Amino acid sequence: MKESIPLTWRKIPDRYRLLGSVCKNCNGYYFPARHVCPKCRRKGKVDGYQFSGRGRVFSFTEIHAPPAGFEDQIPYVMAIVELAEGARCTAEIVDVLSKDVKIGDEVEMVFRKIQSHDPEGLIHYGFKFKKVKK
Amino acid sequence: MVGIVGYGAYVPKYRIKSEVIAKVWGEDPDRIKNGLGVHEKAVASNDEDAATLAVEAAKIAIQRAGISPKKLGALYVGSESHPYAVKPTATIVAEAIGATPELTAADLEFACKAGTAGIQMCMGLVGSGMVDYGMAIGTDTSQGRPGDALEYSTGCGAAAYIIGKDAESLAIIEDTYSYTTDTPDFWRRNGADYPSHGGRFTGPPGYFKHVKNATLGLLKKMNGKVEDYDYFIFHQPNGKFPRAVAKMLGVPNEKIEEGLLTPHIGNTYSGSSPLGLANVLDVAKAGDRIFVTSFGSGAGSDAFSIRVTDNIKNRERGKPASYFIEQKEYLDYATYAKYRRKFKGM
Repeated sequence: MKESIPLTWRKIPDRYRLLGSVCKNCNGYYFPARHVCPKCRRKGKVDGYQFSGRGRVFSFTEIHAPPAGFEDQIPYVMAIVELAEGARCTAEIVDVLSKDVKIGDEVEMVFRKIQSHDPEGLIHYGFKFKKVKK
Repeated sequence: MVGIVGYGAYVPKYRIKSEVIAKVWGEDPDRIKNGLGVHEKAVASNDEDAATLAVEAAKIAIQRAGISPKKLGALYVGSESHPYAVKPTATIVAEAIGATPELTAADLEFACKAGTAGIQMCMGLVGSGMVDYGMAIGTDTSQGRPGDALEYSTGCGAAAYIIGKDAESLAIIEDTYSYTTDTPDFWRRNGADYPSHGGRFTGPPGYFKHVKNATLGLLKKMNGKVEDYDYFIFHQPNGKFPRAVAKMLGVPNEKIEEGLLTPHIGNTYSGSSPLGLANVLDVAKAGDRIFVTSFGSGAGSDAFSIRVTDNIKNRERGKPASYFIEQKEYLDYATYAKYRRKFKGM
C-alpha cells in the first residue's frame, strides 16, 4: 500500500512527535487530535497537547501476514498503547517479538521509519514504541 | 565563551560479532579481532536510519539541557549516510524534536568528522550572538562492502550536542583547532553503494598525520600539555588506531579507555568521537578536563579542549550512553545482511 505524500505531510505533527489535543473543560486527552470534545461538545475548550510519549501496553498481537510494503519486517508486534495521559493509539513495539511483551509493560515513544520500500519514493517516518528497560 | 548545554547518545540494540562476519568470509576470527580491535559492532534495525538515530540522541540532549526545542536557532546533522541524497536530514530531525520553524538547518558531510564540524559551526553562531542555542549531531548507519575489512568495523550510532553560553554549560569548550588537507584515503562516489579506500593512505598519511597534528596544534595554541587532561577521546575507526596515536602522543592508556567505544559498537563514523565524548561526560566530575580529536577521511581533524563545570549534575535528566550500549541482541549474518539491505533487489 503506497501512502500519499499529502497525507504523510498533513500527519507530520502527530506522527513525528505525538501532538494531540486536550479539552480544558473535562481534562480529556485525545490522540489523534480532535477539534471538538466529544464529551463537552460546544462547552469544550480544545487545545493542542504535546504527549509525553510514555505509556503502557493495553493489548498487542504479532503480525505474520502484513500489508503490502511491510513484508521484510515480519514478524513484528503491533499494540494498542495507553499513553500516560489516558489516550490510546495503535503502534508497533520495536526491537522485540511477542514473547517479550506483556500487557501492562511500560513503553516509550521512539522515532522510526514506517515505510520506505520504494527506493525512489518518500521515506515515511513516525512514532513506534519501545519497552523501557528496568 | 561557549559550551555544551546538553548532550545525548543513542546506539541501536542489535550487534553482530566480528567472528560471525569472519566465518562467512573465511577469515581467521582471532586475527580480525586482534588486528582491528573490534569485537562486535552495533547494527541499526531495518526501520532505523541516520535520521531516526539522530532524533533519539537529540531528544536526550534536549532533556539534559532542560530547554524548549523552540529555542534552538541552528541545527546541523553530520553524516555520510544521510537517508536522502537530496532532502535534508536536519529538517526531519528539527520537526521530530519540535524545533521548527524558526531556525537554520543543514546537513553536513565530512566522512567521520561531520559531527564535530557541526559543533564548531554552532560555537561560531553562539559565540557571535547570532543564536542562543545550536544543536550539532553526528549520526551514521554506514556501510562496508561485504567481505571488506571495513565490514567488521562500520557500526551505527549517533550523538547530539547543544551548544550554548558558558554560564549554562555542563562543560565549557575552552578552544578548538582544526587540521585539514586533501588526502585520498577514503571516498564513495555518488550513487555507489559502498565506499572505497586508498589502502596505505588510511594509516600514517590519513589518520595519524591529522589526529596528531590537530592534537599538537591545539596544545600549542593553548600552551597546554598532555598532563593537563583527565580524558582523551580520539576518533576510533577501529580499536587499534586510537591506542596507537595515544602512544605516539604520550597519552597513557587509562586516559583513553572511557571514551573508546569502537571495540563494542564499531566505528559509528560521524557519531564516533561524539559518542566517545558522551560516554566520558557520563562519568566526568566538575573540574575534569577532556581533550577530543575527531578525524574524517578526505581528510581533516578537529580538536577540542573541554572543561567540565558544576552543571554536569544536569546529566541525570537524560539516559546515559551505557543504557543503549548495554542493551543488546546478537544477529546472525543473514539477518544482519537483511537489516543492512545487502541483498540484491531489496
